[in-house]
Amino acid sequence: MSDATLQRYHRQGRRNTLLVAVLGLAALAALLLDLVTGPAGLPLAETLRALTGAEVARGTQVIVWDVRLPVACMALLVGAALALAGAEMQTVLENPLAEPFTLGVSSSAALGAAVAIVLGLTLPGLPPVWGVSGNAFLFALGALGLLQLLGRIRGGGPEVLILFGVALNFTAAALLSLLQFVASADALQQLVFWTMGSLAAAQWPGVVMIGVVLAATVPFSFRAAWKLTALRLGEDQAKSFGVDVAGLRRWTLLRVSLLAASAVSMVGVIGFVGLAGPHIARMLVGENHRVFLPASILTGALVMSLASTLSKTLVPGVLLPVGLVTSLIGLPIFFALILRGRRR
Amino acid sequence: MQGLLAQGISVRYGARSVLAGLDLPLLRPGEVTVLAGPNAAGKSTLLRAIAQLQPHGGQVLLDGRDLAHVPMRDRARLIGFMPQSLPSGSSLVALESVIAALRAGDTLGARQADAAAMAVLDKLGIGALALEPLSALSGGQRQMVSLAQAIVRDPRLLLLDEPTSALDLARQVRLLSELRRLAGEGRIVVAVLHDLALAAQWADRIVLIHGGHTHAEGAPEQVLTPQLLAQVYGVEARVERCSRGRIMVMIDGEHAAG
Repeated sequence: MSDATLQRYHRQGRRNTLLVAVLGLAALAALLLDLVTGPAGLPLAETLRALTGAEVARGTQVIVWDVRLPVACMALLVGAALALAGAEMQTVLENPLAEPFTLGVSSSAALGAAVAIVLGLTLPGLPPVWGVSGNAFLFALGALGLLQLLGRIRGGGPEVLILFGVALNFTAAALLSLLQFVASADALQQLVFWTMGSLAAAQWPGVVMIGVVLAATVPFSFRAAWKLTALRLGEDQAKSFGVDVAGLRRWTLLRVSLLAASAVSMVGVIGFVGLAGPHIARMLVGENHRVFLPASILTGALVMSLASTLSKTLVPGVLLPVGLVTSLIGLPIFFALILRGRRR
Repeated sequence: MQGLLAQGISVRYGARSVLAGLDLPLLRPGEVTVLAGPNAAGKSTLLRAIAQLQPHGGQVLLDGRDLAHVPMRDRARLIGFMPQSLPSGSSLVALESVIAALRAGDTLGARQADAAAMAVLDKLGIGALALEPLSALSGGQRQMVSLAQAIVRDPRLLLLDEPTSALDLARQVRLLSELRRLAGEGRIVVAVLHDLALAAQWADRIVLIHGGHTHAEGAPEQVLTPQLLAQVYGVEARVERCSRGRIMVMIDGEHAAG
């Protein structure tokens, strides 16, 4: 009997791997869809030819390679980074609501952006185009650093970190409102646009940067997969299995900080993906982090990529802020999955 | 020196002292020891201190090695710990959770770990639950899975916190006879139990913990006496010897002196 059970377990494992592969293909398809939609109305064949490097008109070349491709890649990578950050946060903070958005990372990044936009204060030595992103990155990273520091001083568990995170969220939001209050009409408009999350400003250097951050963190996340899985059974259990829980939490939060800060600083405040990506992945493949983490990454990429396409097509001729769209398309999917899960 | 020796264990929660320099006798391999005592006596805290899950003063020696200085990964091979309860919210399946117990702290191959985890579930009679999510299991079933997680690394020392609290009669017998068998193979087994009748039947030794100290210890018939039970629990108890040397503890009421 045990052999049959093991075989069934391995079959489930293969099914989950297949699901991850399907998610990957879906994300790729979404990327292509994102590439071929746009206000320029390029024919599909022309876009594909430009992508494969064939001879096309100079304008087409520019639209595909310098406008659409960076935006589409940025959507994919930001979705992946936010969902991975959310998944790992939910596990190490033992809270299903934890994600960069709820713990004040996004609002701190927005505050940093506001300092650049409204007050004109940016990091010295940084080219002006990068001023807003640089500030946002610094503030987001600072928020998570502060969180860890406070948690360490207080010596408490994850509940303390969560409470500090929520408090940080409100503080940053209040300071942001203050800056909005004193901002000029021009700066205000720019700021509002930023806080809604936008892919419009995506450029290759940003894409490369977030790609590098992902490439540097993902291998460590995957290596910690069994440790993170064990943590789902409780802190004492994980420790008794030989997991250095404090160290795991510290390193994981460092990875999360880098992922969240770089994602938010590139595209502004985008809620929901970091929360729903992991939840959708969990409903699809369960909580074994060896499949749950890749599934979260790909779900996040897929959702964000679809949102990017929809932000161009939902209202013809208008490019909606992508942060709005993630919520609009994400929520119904999310609710459908929750309701389906209940009925089972 | 073979066995477990815990000496001068002290634990404070803020200003409150839970264990005040508690000493345990040397617990030898092959023995099942039950920790008993009133609520909040510090039994669980003691168990967690021995497992090095709880910062504490004093020394815990396993076969002469100070456990505080044994690297975490090696400690996981020496000690199996079963907490009072498993979290109920996880969608991990039972088998996966036992595999995690093997692979989280170690670099065991997948094939080997999967087979070992399945074998333990079968041995405990819960092989049929292997692919059930933990969230779908009853409290008692979760407790059996938790035992599987504790014993799958084949530890020298097994620490169990109220392992039978959610189990029906048949499962209680199954779990306790499994503990006896594990002890018989040369392991040291320490369990917190509230049920003194079970303790009397299955333990080689009972340690009564009261007020942060070891109040009494010894074979069940030495410890389960009306005098000691009155001192520790404040109850009036009758203790009767039944056939085959078994002991029955009957409570008549609260002790007059309280």
